[in-house]
Amino acid sequence: MRTLIFRTVAPYFTSLMLIYSVFVLLRGHNEPGGGFIGGLIAASALAIYGVACGVSPVRRAIRFHPMAIAGFGLFMAAIAGVMSIFVDVPFLTGLWIYPKVFGVELKLSTTLIFDIGVYLVVLGSITSTALALEERERD
Amino acid sequence: MASAKKSDVNLENAMVMADPALADWLVAAPLILGFIFGAICLMQRKNVLLQTRIALFGLLLMLIADIGLFINVWQNGTVVMTMGRWLPPFGITFAADMLGATFALVAGIVGLAGGIYALSDVDSTSRRYGFYPFLLLMLAGVTTAFLTGDIFNLYVWFEVLLISSFGLIVLGSERRQLDGAIKYAFLNLVATTLFLIGVAYLYGVFGTLNMADIARKAPALQEAEGPHFAIAIMFLFAFAMKAAAFPLNAWLPASYHTPRIAVSAVFAGLLTKVGVYALLRIFLTMFPADRDELGAVIAIIAALTMLVGALGALAQTDIRRVLGYLVISGIGLMLAGLALGSETGISGSIFYAAHSMIVMTALYLLAGIIGRLMGTFDLHKAGGLYQASPWLGALCLVLAFSVSGLPPFSGLWPKVLLVKGSIDVGAWWLAAAIIVSGFLTTIAMVRVFSFSFWRTRAEGLVEIGPISREGRIKLYAALGLTALTVIAGVYPEPFIQVSDRVAFELTHPQTYIDAVFGGNQEGGGQ
Repeated sequence: MRTLIFRTVAPYFTSLMLIYSVFVLLRGHNEPGGGFIGGLIAASALAIYGVACGVSPVRRAIRFHPMAIAGFGLFMAAIAGVMSIFVDVPFLTGLWIYPKVFGVELKLSTTLIFDIGVYLVVLGSITSTALALEERERD
Repeated sequence: MASAKKSDVNLENAMVMADPALADWLVAAPLILGFIFGAICLMQRKNVLLQTRIALFGLLLMLIADIGLFINVWQNGTVVMTMGRWLPPFGITFAADMLGATFALVAGIVGLAGGIYALSDVDSTSRRYGFYPFLLLMLAGVTTAFLTGDIFNLYVWFEVLLISSFGLIVLGSERRQLDGAIKYAFLNLVATTLFLIGVAYLYGVFGTLNMADIARKAPALQEAEGPHFAIAIMFLFAFAMKAAAFPLNAWLPASYHTPRIAVSAVFAGLLTKVGVYALLRIFLTMFPADRDELGAVIAIIAALTMLVGALGALAQTDIRRVLGYLVISGIGLMLAGLALGSETGISGSIFYAAHSMIVMTALYLLAGIIGRLMGTFDLHKAGGLYQASPWLGALCLVLAFSVSGLPPFSGLWPKVLLVKGSIDVGAWWLAAAIIVSGFLTTIAMVRVFSFSFWRTRAEGLVEIGPISREGRIKLYAALGLTALTVIAGVYPEPFIQVSDRVAFELTHPQTYIDAVFGGNQEGGGQ
């Protein structure tokens, strides 16, 4: 798989796919998309990088162990649900704030935090599996 | 039965705007705590020591939350919270009645005992590969399965606990572990698939997945016949498989002896009981009329399960496999109460389930201790333990008596209730099966005891040393659970009170429906 062409193109592919995955994640609240599919796209981006350039560059590039990323995502999702305890509404109720940044109204919510959590869980767990499989292939 | 009364619910509001009481959060607390602490442990996978401390703290907090929930439900009745402010049939409801709260409490105790035992049983490699995160997530899955009020959500928690249990069962990656794990995983997935298909049909027929809503609509659809009964049978099959009832019990003894003892113990305490819980919930709260029709079938399954389990235990030579069969035998007793359907019978079932969760876990922990001392789990090579540690012998005897249902330990009272319930309806053969299975269990356990404690140690085997300082922790975990069975045996009054109340709520599903729909009912109610 490690042809010169693939190795040259893969980093660009990976960065593009990662940006696109964030786009899909943010788009997800009202239109098709969301944390799950975004996470899958991001995980496949890292998998492509792994196939092209080897697993250890990927592990170096993401700094944290993929399972730790998944753990952080789970933590974020749980915290997003718990936040509603402070405003006396049931678990997992979506809370919204609308701050104005540079004249543009931003819609921020705990739902978004939850979705980013899902994104990280999917990214972490799928990447962990993919990297383990790619490592085996070289032995 | 009270459920026959039709109750109307005003669905126009769609959302519940009333503020939930802070105490209502207790119903979601085990889930939140399990996930948060599991996630933190995952992030700390390199730092094994810190991870262990965090995990034990999390297990302790979960137990405290379970205790709080139990007290709250005992004092104020069913605690309900519907996620995201939706009105019950639209949102996902968590509803803790006495059944759920009791099971959750016992699960919390078992989980903590398993976590403590694992301190000296699970090595740091296995911990790095996620023993504690898996344990926390599995416990969160089991507890929330007991507390959820939505049948599809129940399926989700089954998946959570199954996936975590797959992780736990292969820790160590030995050949026989993988062999056991494959049998376990495959048969459980078959059961889960059946459950899911059943849920799909259920949704097709009722148009709702909320348990209380289904219970509300079931009497009207009962007369229409149709696929209603088929769905009930599908659930019976799926959960009987999960609970390892005869003839679907083969997966349990084939897999439960392979993982680490801490894992086996927690599995034996928790997993099959989730199947029993689901059967109780489905056939008593949701489909009481189908239970009446299936009663005889369930009774036969129950009797055969007890006897096959006890006979299987007699035939084994590996201590852990003996215990695996005793788990199955216990499932038969729990099903007996469901088959009877009377308050006495159900009360006996609930008490027995709680007793079995505690005692089976304790027995596995004890088996781990004596297996480590003797260097083997094989009864042929066992012996000589009495000289090494007479107190351990006493502990073993207490647990053996307790699991067999001999006085003065906690196994006796639920069996008394079940036998009484059987004789009340003239099912003498069920009563006979309960007594005979108890007798066979006694023989099986005495066999384990006399082989490993009384027999002198054969020549040429390793000397039995004293319990190491680290090993003491294991002993404390087993002792704690044993203390509970002694207390419940000597002073059963409060325990029977609890199980009677559970049985009352289960035989009057209207209380559950009223609690879930709360203020939105018109005309229905009691």
